[in-house]
Amino acid sequence: MLKHSRLSLRKRESLTGYLFISPWIAGFLIFTIGPMFASLYYSFTDYDIISPPVWNNFANYKKIFSGIFEALITHDSSKLGDPIFWQSLKVTLTYAIMALPLGLIVGFFLAVLLNQKIPFVNLWRTVYFLPSVIAGVAVALLWGRIFNPKVGLLNPVIEAVLHVKGPGWLADPHWAVPSLVIMGLWGVGGGMIIYLAGLQGVPTDFYDAAKVDGANLYQRFIHITLPMMTPVIFYNLVLGMIGTFQYFTEVYVITNGEGGPVRSTLFYNLYLYQNAFRYNHMGYAATMAWLLFILVLVLTLLVFRSSDVWVYYEGGLKGRE
Amino acid sequence: MAATNRNLPFRSLTLGYRAQERMIKVFAVLLLTIGAVAIIIPFLFMLSLGLKDAVQIRSDPLSLIPRTPITAEVNGENLPLYEVNLDGTSRQMALLKNAPGKKGVFIDPANPQQTYTLLLADQKALYRIEIHLENFKLALTAQPFGTYFINTMIVTFVGGFGMLLSCTFVAYGFSRFRARWLNVLFLLLLSTIMLPSQVRLIPIYVLFQKIGWINTLLPLIVPAFFANAYDVFMLRQFFMTIPFELDDQAKIDGANSIQTMFYVMLPQARPALIAVAIFHFLYAWNDFYEPLIFLHTQDHWTMAVGLQTFNALYAINTHLIMAASIVMIIPPIVLFFMAQKVFTQGVVFRGFKG
Repeated sequence: MLKHSRLSLRKRESLTGYLFISPWIAGFLIFTIGPMFASLYYSFTDYDIISPPVWNNFANYKKIFSGIFEALITHDSSKLGDPIFWQSLKVTLTYAIMALPLGLIVGFFLAVLLNQKIPFVNLWRTVYFLPSVIAGVAVALLWGRIFNPKVGLLNPVIEAVLHVKGPGWLADPHWAVPSLVIMGLWGVGGGMIIYLAGLQGVPTDFYDAAKVDGANLYQRFIHITLPMMTPVIFYNLVLGMIGTFQYFTEVYVITNGEGGPVRSTLFYNLYLYQNAFRYNHMGYAATMAWLLFILVLVLTLLVFRSSDVWVYYEGGLKGRE
Repeated sequence: MAATNRNLPFRSLTLGYRAQERMIKVFAVLLLTIGAVAIIIPFLFMLSLGLKDAVQIRSDPLSLIPRTPITAEVNGENLPLYEVNLDGTSRQMALLKNAPGKKGVFIDPANPQQTYTLLLADQKALYRIEIHLENFKLALTAQPFGTYFINTMIVTFVGGFGMLLSCTFVAYGFSRFRARWLNVLFLLLLSTIMLPSQVRLIPIYVLFQKIGWINTLLPLIVPAFFANAYDVFMLRQFFMTIPFELDDQAKIDGANSIQTMFYVMLPQARPALIAVAIFHFLYAWNDFYEPLIFLHTQDHWTMAVGLQTFNALYAINTHLIMAASIVMIIPPIVLFFMAQKVFTQGVVFRGFKG
């Protein structure tokens, strides 16, 4: 009798639990799992959204991957089935290689500085975090003006101080991506604030003990701060990577959706958008989306695998083995 | 040096640390000041562009203060006025024309017969402050920004309400119940953070088109009612820190789960709820990608899309674009200063560690 009622109580509890999370389960089915499979299907079709999708086997994938080897051997991108696809991947990876490490290092460094007992510490934190609350269109419009070679803010200063002609920034194909990196650095406070929370979570006894043992500042940083912060660095790295592959708003606003000059800022996500909503190549866009998904998945797994080597989890299973 | 240091008594050792720490602090403040200037100047630049007119922007781009040259009328012509250094006394003179060798021909407005040819670099042009507040009126009436504002508010607040409601339920479910699949489902939820939204986008677009929601605000609002991984995670981490005894007490008093959630959990979780609401506001207010895709006509646009289009049409009018941009960033900034503690003291971010 007692056993029976306990069982039903247990059942009731799990049922209530599932009921509470049911909004997410419903959303997950309608807005995530369902669409994911649908877009996998679309990726094998020609689909212009007006007429029903037409199965085309691997045509979309073939278009992307055909001619890769010839192009690699001859260094002639015209051999590629869709050179623009590879250009957009190159732009995105270039940006990621520049922006990710820079953002991680600067954000971390700022957080360490802002974690010191310095005067007006909250004011400093406010200033550094401020740009990240206005991210988006207005920021892109502002930086478009700052980078303007003639009436902008940067080149007149460069010319006055260094006496050299400043670059064309966003108007110069070689400088356009670095310009976006600089612009992104302005919003570094978003990552910084997460590091800061991590730093505040490092127990102060660790530092006190190290001080008693005679560890200097550098040693304390290398042997306490850095290892304790690796999970946060890891978190920011993974999310930063995923964010980079979805880079869109800034470059859309600055180039009016073109990705210019001469496709130098045609990010992956922008090209995907153009395919889907400008040329109505929904099937091809779905293929791009799935390849993006696979790429992000592989990179994330690689970072996760590497985390065994460099991420330290206090009291984690690893330590107990 | 290191060897002697080791032999010093403990007290002087700590003094050494104190000096070291003071040095670090000075260094930190110095670096932070440089960085802060780099952060602030773009804001000032934006403000100054929004207050200048087209002529000021072109002729005086570097001045952060909106200013205009003072002129004097000489022989029926308006000439820029300079503070001229002449034989050790400074006088106000007008610049008549430029002369070879980076010189200028100056003229005294009171005595227009005599001209002086002087090095331009040695003379100081005179300015007065001239701000153009009418930029804001011009910019905001050039496009239906009132409509954009209302649309943005609807998306932000109705969506925000849906997000808070659904995420509270889901987070409560994930933090307070024992069930076989809950842990697996929670991991599944977290893994969706890493899912690029593009992989869902096209079928969702097709779905919304089939049910006639394209070019309405519904695609931006309705999905918020189905919870999302970020906010559920944040709330759930916070809920976990609230003692289970409170729940048990409420249960003993005869409250059901929903009552316990509303009357026990939510009052305790206020800081987390506020933080999540603020983050949603910032996200929805600034979001450009989804409104761009789902909204096709002007009467449905949000501020972000409206502002981008305004720029696409009138990019040449930098002063008006910047005036509208200033208006766009005011609400997030005001909110940020009102809720500063949430950000700078990391109330919410605690959940991320470990």
